[in-house]
Amino acid sequence: MEYLYQRDIYGKTLVELGRQNKDIVVLDADLSSSTRTGLFAKEFPGRFFNFGVAEQNMMAAAAGLASCGKTVFVSTFAIFAAGRAWDQVRNSVSYSNLNVKIVATHAGVSVGPDGASHQALEDIALMRVIPNMSIIVPCDGPQTAKAVIAAANNKGPFYVRLGRPKVPTIENTGEFKLGKAQVLVEGGDLTIVACGIMVNEALLAVKNLISKGIKPRLINLHTIRPFDSDAILKAAKETKRILVCEEHSVIGGLASSVQEAVAEFFPVKVICLGVKNRFGQSGEPDELLKEYNLTSADIEKAALRIM
Amino acid sequence: MIARAGSGHPGGSLSAADLITVLFFVVLRHNPKDPHWLERDRFHMSKGHCAPLWYSVLAESGYFPKEKLMTLRQLGSLLQGHPDRRTPGVEVASGSLGQGLSIALGMSLAGKVDKKPYRVYCLMGDGEIQEGNIWEAAMASAHYKCDNLCGILDYNGFQIDGKTCVIMDLEPIEDKWKAFGWHTIVINGHNINEILSAYDEARGTKGKPSIIIAHTIKGKGVSFMENVCDFHGRAPTKEEAIRALKELE
Repeated sequence: MEYLYQRDIYGKTLVELGRQNKDIVVLDADLSSSTRTGLFAKEFPGRFFNFGVAEQNMMAAAAGLASCGKTVFVSTFAIFAAGRAWDQVRNSVSYSNLNVKIVATHAGVSVGPDGASHQALEDIALMRVIPNMSIIVPCDGPQTAKAVIAAANNKGPFYVRLGRPKVPTIENTGEFKLGKAQVLVEGGDLTIVACGIMVNEALLAVKNLISKGIKPRLINLHTIRPFDSDAILKAAKETKRILVCEEHSVIGGLASSVQEAVAEFFPVKVICLGVKNRFGQSGEPDELLKEYNLTSADIEKAALRIM
Repeated sequence: MIARAGSGHPGGSLSAADLITVLFFVVLRHNPKDPHWLERDRFHMSKGHCAPLWYSVLAESGYFPKEKLMTLRQLGSLLQGHPDRRTPGVEVASGSLGQGLSIALGMSLAGKVDKKPYRVYCLMGDGEIQEGNIWEAAMASAHYKCDNLCGILDYNGFQIDGKTCVIMDLEPIEDKWKAFGWHTIVINGHNINEILSAYDEARGTKGKPSIIIAHTIKGKGVSFMENVCDFHGRAPTKEEAIRALKELE
């Protein structure tokens, strides 16, 4: 199995986009080696601006650049992009519906040893309440490239959420369409909905469940906004049970999106695996996923519970 | 306009009126018939609560019909309580204080990337520069040698809760901007000659951004509004508005 850093793919994709489109500029706040925007900086120094440790300034400046016709990629860690600069994202970027593409890395507890201050578990919720904002949480390296290209080629503000560790490449994800859920496994007994690194954990769980005679449907819901409520309602109607897995607070993110959709149009039982009213903490990524009940074993257990 | 709307911020709109009138009708290279002209000079009002001033100069320039001014703050109006992009001539929304200098910095950097000769002007309030975001932008603008960027500080000495020197003192204000690497020009913000020469001096200053620190009078031109804190965020009554317009004529 191939393991890739989503950040590496992001950096390389940015360079390719930069070659094709001279109106792409990239901003970072002193984390260009971690977010990999440094690759773009090296190739296009005239179109890269390091803002130092000043995310608010970076985000509002991105709005200014975008108002002059630039497609602006802005990167820092997820907690600083979505948290520290939230008002700038809301008022300067999204209210004005500008072409600012926030690609935030180091989301979730899988950041590891840096601990709670650096582990964004609220970022999807913070971005999802802002009108005009599109949100993509790609599941692996190849999908990261597609997400970044989609953000570049579609109008308006985007939030693309990436992780820190290497992630396994998922086979047969099929075509990536912005705003369209990917059904990775067909099944009628229950539906497992996941995004980001949880897609692979869910896939492992699905294999075990199948061996136990249960036929789950697995949906990779990479685009959280615009939300593919059709795919979720179809799943609700056909499988009657939904299990949502995300490396994020259960409040305001993917789980809430699914619950809102089914509660309004076709109420079925929804169980959420995510972080419940806790901050993150230090540890190795795999230890933390265990500690926060975000492993394939946890998904399998929850799936059996909902059956 | 503000009296008709029933709410708004007359004080700061009047203190900056001379600065912005001169900017729009003498200095700024723009084309109201083609608001998206690529070579245009950019203006951003970081102190978005003074939108009535911005709307007035935009209407007078021909961006939209003057009759629209009387729709300020009404449901469905082009003219929101604080500026946004539905108003022709407004490039980025404003209203949350402290973000505008960063927006102007972004416009300035875009001009440098594209090697276009346009200039960028940004009006800030004095109370507003208590926001940390302003100083992040100040540091970065000097770092990137944004000599196409001109800040305009409307130093009327008042904010909502009282005098700036009492609420959160800004002094020594010129030293602060100098220390951040800016060329500073201190003027009387109601003296047309000083305003004109300040814009000239800013344009001629190379290698660093310039800021015009303009000493102004809040509520300028209306005797009963001048230096009266209450008129920061309160609309005049109909009677007050009639008196004010008479005085301004």
